[in-house]
Amino acid sequence: MSNLLEDLKDSAAAAFFALLIFGPFIGLRLSDNDAGNLGIATRPEALALAVIAVFAARLLILTWGRHRPAKIATGLGAQVQKTGKFIAPALLVFAVVMPLLPGLPNAYIDLGVLIMTYVMLGWGLNIVVGLAGLLDLGYVAFYAVGAYSFALISTTFGLGFWECLPIAGILAAFWGMCLGFPVLRLRGDYLAIVTLAFGEIIRLVITNWVSLTGGPNGLLGMPEPTLFGLRFSMAGGPGTFAGFFGITPAPWQRDAFLYYVILGLALLTNWVTLRLRKQPLGRAWEALREDEIACRSLGINVRNTKLTAFAIGAFFGGFAGCFFSARQGFISPDSFTFIESATVLAIVVLGGAGSQLGVVLAACVMIGVPQMLQSLQIYRMLIFGIALVLIMIVRPRGFISTRRPTVLLGKKPVAIGAELRAEGRG
Amino acid sequence: MTILAVTDLTMRFGGLTAVNNVSFSAERGHITAVIGPNGAGKTTLFNCITGFYKPTVGSIVVCPQVGKIVQLEKLPGHAIARKGKVARTFQNIRLFGGMTVLENLMVAQHNALQAATGFGVLGVLGIGRYRAAERRALDLAKHWLEQTDLLDRADHAAGALPYGAQRRLEIARAMCTEPALLCLDEPAAGLNPRESAGLNELLLKIRDGGCSLLLIEHDMGVVMKISDHIVVLDHGKKIADGSPLEIRSDPAVIAAYLGEGDEDDPDAPVAESVA
Repeated sequence: MSNLLEDLKDSAAAAFFALLIFGPFIGLRLSDNDAGNLGIATRPEALALAVIAVFAARLLILTWGRHRPAKIATGLGAQVQKTGKFIAPALLVFAVVMPLLPGLPNAYIDLGVLIMTYVMLGWGLNIVVGLAGLLDLGYVAFYAVGAYSFALISTTFGLGFWECLPIAGILAAFWGMCLGFPVLRLRGDYLAIVTLAFGEIIRLVITNWVSLTGGPNGLLGMPEPTLFGLRFSMAGGPGTFAGFFGITPAPWQRDAFLYYVILGLALLTNWVTLRLRKQPLGRAWEALREDEIACRSLGINVRNTKLTAFAIGAFFGGFAGCFFSARQGFISPDSFTFIESATVLAIVVLGGAGSQLGVVLAACVMIGVPQMLQSLQIYRMLIFGIALVLIMIVRPRGFISTRRPTVLLGKKPVAIGAELRAEGRG
Repeated sequence: MTILAVTDLTMRFGGLTAVNNVSFSAERGHITAVIGPNGAGKTTLFNCITGFYKPTVGSIVVCPQVGKIVQLEKLPGHAIARKGKVARTFQNIRLFGGMTVLENLMVAQHNALQAATGFGVLGVLGIGRYRAAERRALDLAKHWLEQTDLLDRADHAAGALPYGAQRRLEIARAMCTEPALLCLDEPAAGLNPRESAGLNELLLKIRDGGCSLLLIEHDMGVVMKISDHIVVLDHGKKIADGSPLEIRSDPAVIAAYLGEGDEDDPDAPVAESVA
């Protein structure tokens, strides 16, 4: 009974805050009368409705949480874990055949490319945040370095996409190390602030170094990726994909090719990460996330280990940037704002830091859902926001919060609960 | 044969002298205990030896193999385990709680394994001598799991183990770095009498295996039973140094533990250990 009373009190408090917040937003409305003067109209019914909705929702969440304590959350986690073995290959098969499905509108392939780009960025950032536990809010800096490296090198030296790809990656990794050095001693929130600043510095340099980067006007004229030297051109003819195979050129061929390029790059990121996790380096990253002092006492060079995490994470960010640049054919500083960093970080956290499959699911939710909901127009972001809040209530440590051990003595697979895993303050 | 020689070691934190001009040495193949009342500077001494603090004055020399001498105070913190062959445990257990017991022991062998991966490239591609190195590492881990009676827990999360098992795991993890000198900071703290007796056995086994031990301990049952040599600190100074029998009857030690003499001695430095 006292529980109910407490819940009611809590819900009343929530309703009170809802009243404060929604009061001006929903309760008041600008209106113009016939004379053309502005006036303020009140909407008490709408306000009351909103407050009652908040009260009811809060009460529902509380009582629901009491009656089914953690059962759903852990049950869902175990289920995802159990079916994880099948989900991952199924998703992979779907990802491979998706562009070849007959009658698929081109827009879906485009969306696939977009989601895949974020999956790759998420996997790259997962190395830094999920494994090494270094909270990086400036990941977009490396995305930008990769994109501008490709744009500048390809237009200046006439190199193609595939030659520039490793260069872009290496340059991004270099900047990852440059960022790593000054922040080695920082932890947690302080690290986040400095990395955030680093991301902004890169963007501002790009914006203001007009002679090199074209400033806010951006850069144009990058070559598109080619398939063993075959271009994708609507005109057809010799030297193009359609001309070589003797088929009619169509836009979907180019889109599908780009899709496979980013799929391949993303899978490369995934493969390297999964391999590294089972290597001493990957284990050292995770150990660093758990306890830096213990790492030092075991003779692990904390500085080098952190720098490799930054560098390898940035390397894949550079790859993704190079691809982005080649696909768009135009880049400007507007593409590399803080919101991109935040989106990628949200993907990693929503997926469950450290989980590769979680990143895929979260990227689909974060990027795919807003696109799918476009028909809902102005309610789109509202529903999206509510969905994110609900997800974090049900699964506070992300979709897949359990951790799989990298080495087992027995045969039985085990999963380590999120409550034991350190979140990383390094 | 000396394995560790501490000479004129002083550690100051601002105006506070936590360790004051301490010299002692530990013999190879012996268990040397450092005891003293709370705040005597034991843990500070430990942190100096294991590289977590740089001593203000003094030298710490370790002799990992016969004929090889390493100056610990000049090494960076992470090189002490590798070059000095000194491993340690912590007063408040520091395990990698979200990793399994076996993974904890594999992380401890990081340097040996990393050397076999060829800067990570061979390891990622799965070629080269990495496989053999990993098998060796697993064997060593299994050996210490058996010694510490944790073999059936190998795939459990370290953070989910009971307290006594966590203490044993921390010792196993330190031993996986294959040290010449193992420094234990209060290994018996919080153990029940049965676990404490098991710990004694384990420490003697480690000593007989050729690793020297240096331990801080409050549990006199453990100290008197297994130590070969005892160093007593009080207020940052060494007040006694000898076999357990000598220490037991040393008037200065008895005075320090019973708190006599402090008020009467106006020259006694006011030194409280940090950490």
